[in-house]
Amino acid sequence: MRGAPHATWVACAAALTLVATACGGGAAGSDTGAVLSSSWGDPQNPLEPANTNEVQGGKVLDMIFRSLKKYNPDTGQAEDMLAEKIETTDSQNFTITVKDGWTFSNGEKVTAKSFVDAWNYGASLKNNQKNAYFFEYIEGYPETHPDDGSKQTAETLSGLKVVDERTFTVRLKQKFSSFPDTLGYAAYAPLPQSFFTDHAGWLKKPVGNGPYTIESYAKGSQMELRTWEDYPGPDKAVNGGVTLKVYTDNNTAYTDLMAGNLDLVDDVPASQLKNVKSDLGDRYLNTPAGIIQVLAFPYYDKDWNKPGSDKVRTGLSRAINREQITETIFQRTRTPASDWTSPVLGEDGGFKEGLCGDACDYDPEAARKLIEEGGGLPGGQVKITYNADTGSHRQWVDAVCNSINNALGNEKACVGNPVGTFADYRNQIGDRKMQGPFRAGWQMDYPLIQNFLQPLYYTNASSNDGKWSDEKFDRLVDEANAETDPAQAIRTFQQAEEVVRDNMAAIPLWYQNGSAGYSERLSDVRLNPFSVPVYNEIKVS
Amino acid sequence: MGRYVIRRLLQMIPVFIGATLLIFLMVNVMGDPVAGLCGDRQCDPATAAQLKKEFGLDRPVWQQYLTYMGNVFTGDFGTAFNGQPVTELMATAFPVTIRLTIVAILFEIVIGITLGVVTGLRRGRPVDTGVLLVTLVVISVPTFVTGLLLQLLLGVEWGWIKPSVSSAATFDELIVPGLVLASVSLAYVTRLTRTSIAENKRSDYVRTAIAKGLPRHRVITRHLLRNSLIPVVTFIGTDIGALMGGAIVTERIFNIHGVGFQLYQGILRQNTQTVVGFVTVLVLVFLVANLLVDLLYAVLDPRIRYA
Repeated sequence: MRGAPHATWVACAAALTLVATACGGGAAGSDTGAVLSSSWGDPQNPLEPANTNEVQGGKVLDMIFRSLKKYNPDTGQAEDMLAEKIETTDSQNFTITVKDGWTFSNGEKVTAKSFVDAWNYGASLKNNQKNAYFFEYIEGYPETHPDDGSKQTAETLSGLKVVDERTFTVRLKQKFSSFPDTLGYAAYAPLPQSFFTDHAGWLKKPVGNGPYTIESYAKGSQMELRTWEDYPGPDKAVNGGVTLKVYTDNNTAYTDLMAGNLDLVDDVPASQLKNVKSDLGDRYLNTPAGIIQVLAFPYYDKDWNKPGSDKVRTGLSRAINREQITETIFQRTRTPASDWTSPVLGEDGGFKEGLCGDACDYDPEAARKLIEEGGGLPGGQVKITYNADTGSHRQWVDAVCNSINNALGNEKACVGNPVGTFADYRNQIGDRKMQGPFRAGWQMDYPLIQNFLQPLYYTNASSNDGKWSDEKFDRLVDEANAETDPAQAIRTFQQAEEVVRDNMAAIPLWYQNGSAGYSERLSDVRLNPFSVPVYNEIKVS
Repeated sequence: MGRYVIRRLLQMIPVFIGATLLIFLMVNVMGDPVAGLCGDRQCDPATAAQLKKEFGLDRPVWQQYLTYMGNVFTGDFGTAFNGQPVTELMATAFPVTIRLTIVAILFEIVIGITLGVVTGLRRGRPVDTGVLLVTLVVISVPTFVTGLLLQLLLGVEWGWIKPSVSSAATFDELIVPGLVLASVSLAYVTRLTRTSIAENKRSDYVRTAIAKGLPRHRVITRHLLRNSLIPVVTFIGTDIGALMGGAIVTERIFNIHGVGFQLYQGILRQNTQTVVGFVTVLVLVFLVANLLVDLLYAVLDPRIRYA
């Protein structure tokens, strides 16, 4: 931390009357224990567990809620948290027992009812919950959430039943062996009664059962979280709390970190990646996250869905020099992809390095040949569509196009096609207006191979934007879901993944890493597979 | 005077309606905002339909506009997608931006006019040439360069200020951002004042004042400056609106959660309610500032009368 002679105390003195913690660096060491400050973005949706589908809101839910399962920050394995046991004999009917002794931070006991009420709320159409589809496997979902927009005929899911204070049963509409492993996702968190009785009040200051409690929340600017001293769980926070500060620009957050005004930045801007090593040294983290970037194709367009198209797609894949692009543009914060999942799953979880084989290796010669055999590029040119407003997509799309142009020896073989805003981009995809390959990013909901395949490639699945459809793939996924032996299920999923490869349904580009930088005050900082810092383990000196 | 003000106020009504309608249509052309709320996946159709209904997006545009305007007149600016009423966003954003604008305007007035007077009185001398060069540089360098440079030098290298502004955004924190925001206009004010002063210095009334034997400072402040300020006041008046709406770049660099930040976010998320609401208020500010400028003319130059 650099010395900040006179101006700082002036600013602090003025700020003290308003917000005591505004004086970042110097004010630590009070009775509450050391509080760290961390960069944040304004959550897009109200902070309800079943309504939060992006990482900024997810960050908060991760601190203030604990669910039946929790994903191990190292291995990504789903481990029991509030669940004492989850039993099933047929992979369709589950009996869940909640551990004794858990409470919400307002003192209310966490019971079977806390879960059942929360899930019913999330599934009910009238509550506008954007993660409602997480409950679609539970029996009775079509009645509480009719897809055609007709009036819902039930308030609660018929597949959920409270047995006694700590036990409830779940009946699914189909066999789904890995269902218990999905229960670590935030949408499945329990909710206290105050959520239902005083909803507006709860949203102003959410109450949960996690290691932190919310002390104050100024929407759009700052949230103060404090360690909950009576937290009953095993992962109690070792620091005094976390102050989340909203930054309009991640460059400013980085500058603040350099000036000793902020402790933790969990999104190092692309423009700073070159300097980050010299700026921060070993206080810079670059670890794999469950995110993969692919190029999807419009299968509703005849040009991309005719005999030989698979060769053209494979040819394009072989024309992309992934090594070079990840090296020069992303400074190794992304890793060339060689399958359609993510390294965070681990070998046992279904990640298989090199599953893509030759089809993902850069080889201009082979690329030219494949595209020629497949009948050439439709219309003589490919347009890669992407949204230009976030995530430095422009740079890599241009690089991918350069790589393709060089490989094919044709300056006009590939061009980028930017779309102004993300919402407009999603609209064009929804309206099936894509004319060629388009950017598709996938951030996992839970670390299971199922989550990398089914939502993206199953017929009519929620994120199957290219509308790819393959009977063999669908059959294998159904089989894998019904399989009770986890190892066998993963093997079947990998067979399904091979179907994706043989058709080159989407071109895998790279696995994305999570990156973070932190100040000298912090130690034991790491990112979980969702690229969120494991706040409760961070030590502040 | 009273009738003039009333006429001007009445003229604001069509301008106001036209401006809001234009913004409303422009945001609407960008397409359906609900699709952007579900991340990289399709919103499930039932929830999307339900959300559209709640935000009134399922009706034709003209109906949306009429409902919106009806609500605006009752003080209801709608709700942002994160469930916050737009009026609440305004209540947090506008005070911050107003403070920033005040700081910027003060810089323009104090530094800009002083430099303008000094250079205007010493035309062709080294001090004039020096200031001329500096203003040229300031005008030609984009705001984000000045902003980032000052932030890096003062905030990180020398540690005089904090590189970002806290959510309280007090006046002393806004000094450097205000200077950056004002820099370009400041240079214009300097040059405008200089030209005006230099021209009027040779006019008859100044010669008369000097001939009467009035002290020099009185000639300059009462006679020369007062008459030379008319174009400068026009510029500063219109600049108020421009500074408030145009602070997006400065606000982003220094992490100020003001109007620019809300507008930027509103546009990215295609949130019609936020964008139209904020722009509507900005349009009003612009109109009122212009009216005040016109009224100030009469104060500065007694020959101007409004009827």
